[in-house]
Amino acid sequence: MAIITCQNVTIGYDGHAVAEKLSFTVSDGDYLCIVGENGSGKSTLIKTLLRLQKPLDGKIEFGGGLGQNEIGYLPQQTEVQKDFPATVWEIVLSGCQSMCGIRPFYSRSEKDTAKKNIERMGISDLVKRCYRELSGGQQQRVLLARALCAANKLLLLDEPVSGLDPKAAADMYSLIKELNAEGITVIMISHDIAEAVKYATHILHLGKNQFFGTKEEYVNNGTGKYFITENGGEDYA
Amino acid sequence: MLDKLIMYLEYPFVRYALIVGVLIALCSSLLGVTLVLKRFSFIGDGLSHVAFGAMAIAAVTGISNNMLLVMPVTVVSAVLLLRTGQNTKIKGDAAIAMISVGALAFGYLIMNIFSKSANLSGDVCSTLFGSTSILTLTSREVLLCTVLSLAVVAVFVLFYNKIFAVTFDESFAKATGIKAERYNLLIAIVIAVIIVLAMNLVGSLLISALVIFPALSAMRIFKSFKSVTVFSAALSVACAVLGIVISILMGTPVGSTIVAADALGFIICYIIGGIVK
Repeated sequence: MAIITCQNVTIGYDGHAVAEKLSFTVSDGDYLCIVGENGSGKSTLIKTLLRLQKPLDGKIEFGGGLGQNEIGYLPQQTEVQKDFPATVWEIVLSGCQSMCGIRPFYSRSEKDTAKKNIERMGISDLVKRCYRELSGGQQQRVLLARALCAANKLLLLDEPVSGLDPKAAADMYSLIKELNAEGITVIMISHDIAEAVKYATHILHLGKNQFFGTKEEYVNNGTGKYFITENGGEDYA
Repeated sequence: MLDKLIMYLEYPFVRYALIVGVLIALCSSLLGVTLVLKRFSFIGDGLSHVAFGAMAIAAVTGISNNMLLVMPVTVVSAVLLLRTGQNTKIKGDAAIAMISVGALAFGYLIMNIFSKSANLSGDVCSTLFGSTSILTLTSREVLLCTVLSLAVVAVFVLFYNKIFAVTFDESFAKATGIKAERYNLLIAIVIAVIIVLAMNLVGSLLISALVIFPALSAMRIFKSFKSVTVFSAALSVACAVLGIVISILMGTPVGSTIVAADALGFIICYIIGGIVK
């Protein structure tokens, strides 16, 4: 079942288009990887899908009753977060905020959700630790747990492994793959084309030669072949 | 020394000063953590200068209750300044600097040209450094200050979790459907109210100190948002009481003595933070 359908969508900001005529669908359980050069509009697309900004043209449909509070988001780390005094518990729990509505405090069931997702990410031993003292990989797990609190259906990940060492990056990828295997739809931006092709079911390539299709189609497609070789993923292709 | 203090405490104006000082110190420190983390440390400075400008206009036009003019002007400026964070042509820090010095200059200019007061530099000095106004509070002003302070504390407690979510990660909050703009607006209004209140205590030049020092001190030692908030409130109140008592006993200016106490608190916390780590 298609949960997101984009038809001839143009994205950008201040009336300035960064990517035009995007058409793709995301179905339940897909693992879509968005690749492309810097400035090709990857992050803008994610923000548009999150409804943080409007598409300049075209239509995005959310099927299957996908409400805004069913989308989890793992943003790129911001400058503010680097020295933020907060414990892992406080941060993960803040993922439940959207369920609170006007209610000022968290309910028991929301605390349970947070606890469950902390266990799921294997960071139970870090609960009382301060976020800024964690390693990059641990921080990403915390933010992933928070995203899971906000949503259980669809995850949007913006460069989840940027700045991580190879070991932590590999852990992160397999963690995301596990979540996908549990039935969560994943949309991920990645620079790391070799890894993207390894795990994804579908690829959306932004830039001069736009491409959307399954991983197999991408690998055999001219754009994909060129891009994969360029980025050192030839052993897969 | 103690006898002298007890003697002073019998005067209502000393008690008023202590009550108002404690309340303002509490309020200003609560939002300090959020403002420091959002990189808005200087908003206190900018807004207080706006309030100074508004106060100058109120004084010149002879509006008897200058709160009526100062409060709305400051609230509007706060809303405009906090909005600049996202996607305007002038970046947040530059906008604050511009409004801050602009308002200061115009305020002084207006006072200078139109003032009927014989002691102009005295007036300006006391608005900038709050030198005596806290010791001349009327019971009505104390009541107003108490009500507004309690409202600020109530808003902060009720929206604590939402303020945390919006401060830590605004784009995540927005993506999951939290109306982040609304809470930013709320933060802007509350900070404006606090600043107008705090002008009585330390004057418009030193307000930033009340907002920033307790938060930075607490962030040196504590590791959770809750403990940082609670400790900065406690430290701020303690420094305010200490500052007021010292200024009464030694006859030093109230505002600068409180700020000196805050700065001392920061140095102590800095050292403790270094040892603990």
